[in-house]
Amino acid sequence: MNGLLVVWESRDVFLWGAANTLSLVLGCLLLSIPIGILGAVVLTEAPDPLRRLFAEAVDLLRCVPFLLLAYVVYYGLPELGLRLDPWWAGLMSLTVYTTAYLAEIFRAAFRAVAPDNIEAAHAFGLSRSLIYRRIILPQVAITAAPVIGNQVITTIRDSALLMIITVQELTFAANFVSANHFTPFAPFAAAVGLYLLMSFVVEAGVRRMERVRKGRYG
Amino acid sequence: MAETDAAISVRGLCKDFDGFEVLRDIDLDLAPGTTTCILGPSGSGKSTFLRCLNWLEEPSAGSVHIDGKPIGRSGNGRATRPMARRELASTRTSIAMVFQHFALWPHLTVLGNVTEAPVHVLGRPKREAEEEGRAILARVGLTEKADVYPHTLSGGQKQRVAISRALAMRPKVILFDEPTSALDPEMVGEVLSVIRELAREGLTMVIVTHEMSFAREIADTIVFMDGGRIREIAAPTDFFTNPQSDRARRFIFRP
Ligand SMILES: Nc1ncnc2c1ncn2[C@@H]1O[C@H](COP(=O)(O)OP(=O)(O)OP(=O)(O)O)[C@@H](O)[C@H]1O
Ligand SMILES: [Mg+2]
Repeated sequence: MNGLLVVWESRDVFLWGAANTLSLVLGCLLLSIPIGILGAVVLTEAPDPLRRLFAEAVDLLRCVPFLLLAYVVYYGLPELGLRLDPWWAGLMSLTVYTTAYLAEIFRAAFRAVAPDNIEAAHAFGLSRSLIYRRIILPQVAITAAPVIGNQVITTIRDSALLMIITVQELTFAANFVSANHFTPFAPFAAAVGLYLLMSFVVEAGVRRMERVRKGRYG
Repeated sequence: MAETDAAISVRGLCKDFDGFEVLRDIDLDLAPGTTTCILGPSGSGKSTFLRCLNWLEEPSAGSVHIDGKPIGRSGNGRATRPMARRELASTRTSIAMVFQHFALWPHLTVLGNVTEAPVHVLGRPKREAEEEGRAILARVGLTEKADVYPHTLSGGQKQRVAISRALAMRPKVILFDEPTSALDPEMVGEVLSVIRELAREGLTMVIVTHEMSFAREIADTIVFMDGGRIREIAAPTDFFTNPQSDRARRFIFRP
């Protein structure tokens, strides 16, 4: 009972935390979706030495635990002369990490587009960039929505780890409230609730794309 | 016929897949406004030949000219070089293709399929292309299907959409690769009658088909292929009543 009151009275802390989580995730997606698409084009089209190098880099990044990457960006880069404040360090590590996964997701999704309708596009004189923009990407947006949605949820979850490098995101806020008021349960439950809410929004988006897919592909 | 008068002119075309010879030294000239049917046993190289005409398959030697313009390699005589991608794409706009398995774009409506290349490749105004697209769809009996997605159509309707997509390019030549062999028997007729209509209107068409009576009825020229070569080029009545080679005779009078 007391706990709920604490949460209510610290609502501005929670809102600040949620706003930071949202801005980090949205900023990350705004960057990593286009970069991930470009990365997937390189993974698909580039001549071999470059493509191989890219594929290795993507695989390597996907093997690194996210927390370690955040440490390297926040504590390691200053040694190389690049000092970022926590939010920017958080955005950078989240973006690099998510981009690696998205590049792989998009690459697989490109391959799943039926080869015969890409061939038809060539036969009708569509240039390569038109084929990506008009034939491949619109289909990928529809068919890969569930995997992309999963990745977005993973990114939301990963963003919680950024509290370790003192980003004042939602988990940081819950921790702060709980430590200051000696009530662990309610603040963390409230944070869980807010994370769930974000996931529901993502899932609603995915379900919507699923309906579009059913309408177009049967 | 002079090389430059032909709608399609092929010289010395060869194709091998990793050393496996599929087409050998093919020469062919097709007059504008004519319908040519390519016949031949399975594996004789008909599809490969058709796909070389629009450079979906790159020949290992030889040249193809569409309406006097080279495709795939630019320059003349011996000093040719591979065309830039962009140039190849723009050359392809004068040759449309209808595929055995339709190859429609599933994320676009029927009308979207028909207007895609005219609008985005040829740069025609969208309004105009849509009007023309609807008119073409009406001609093939698909007026009501303009705004649905391809997956809701029957095979015969899909193939008529594919033909409309080809017509919308106002191409010099339309290539058909077995346009009816993926269809249920009851739908073959509707597609053949559309093609028959186009032949009557004087489009230039090259049709690979196994429908012998259809070929006999609509073709101006029969090209018979076997073992990667053209064995006979003849008018249909000559070809079907008096084939010159044993292979053609065996092919026509199959038990
Ligand atoms: N991409 C390829 N790689 C290797 N071999 C191929 C390829 N495409 C075709 N071939 C071979 O080339 C030969 C001719 O094939 P093609 O498809 O042109 O024959 P077709 O006359 O169209 O036969 P069908 O009537 O069965 O369609 C066949 O032996 C085939 O196996
Ligand atoms: Mg074939």
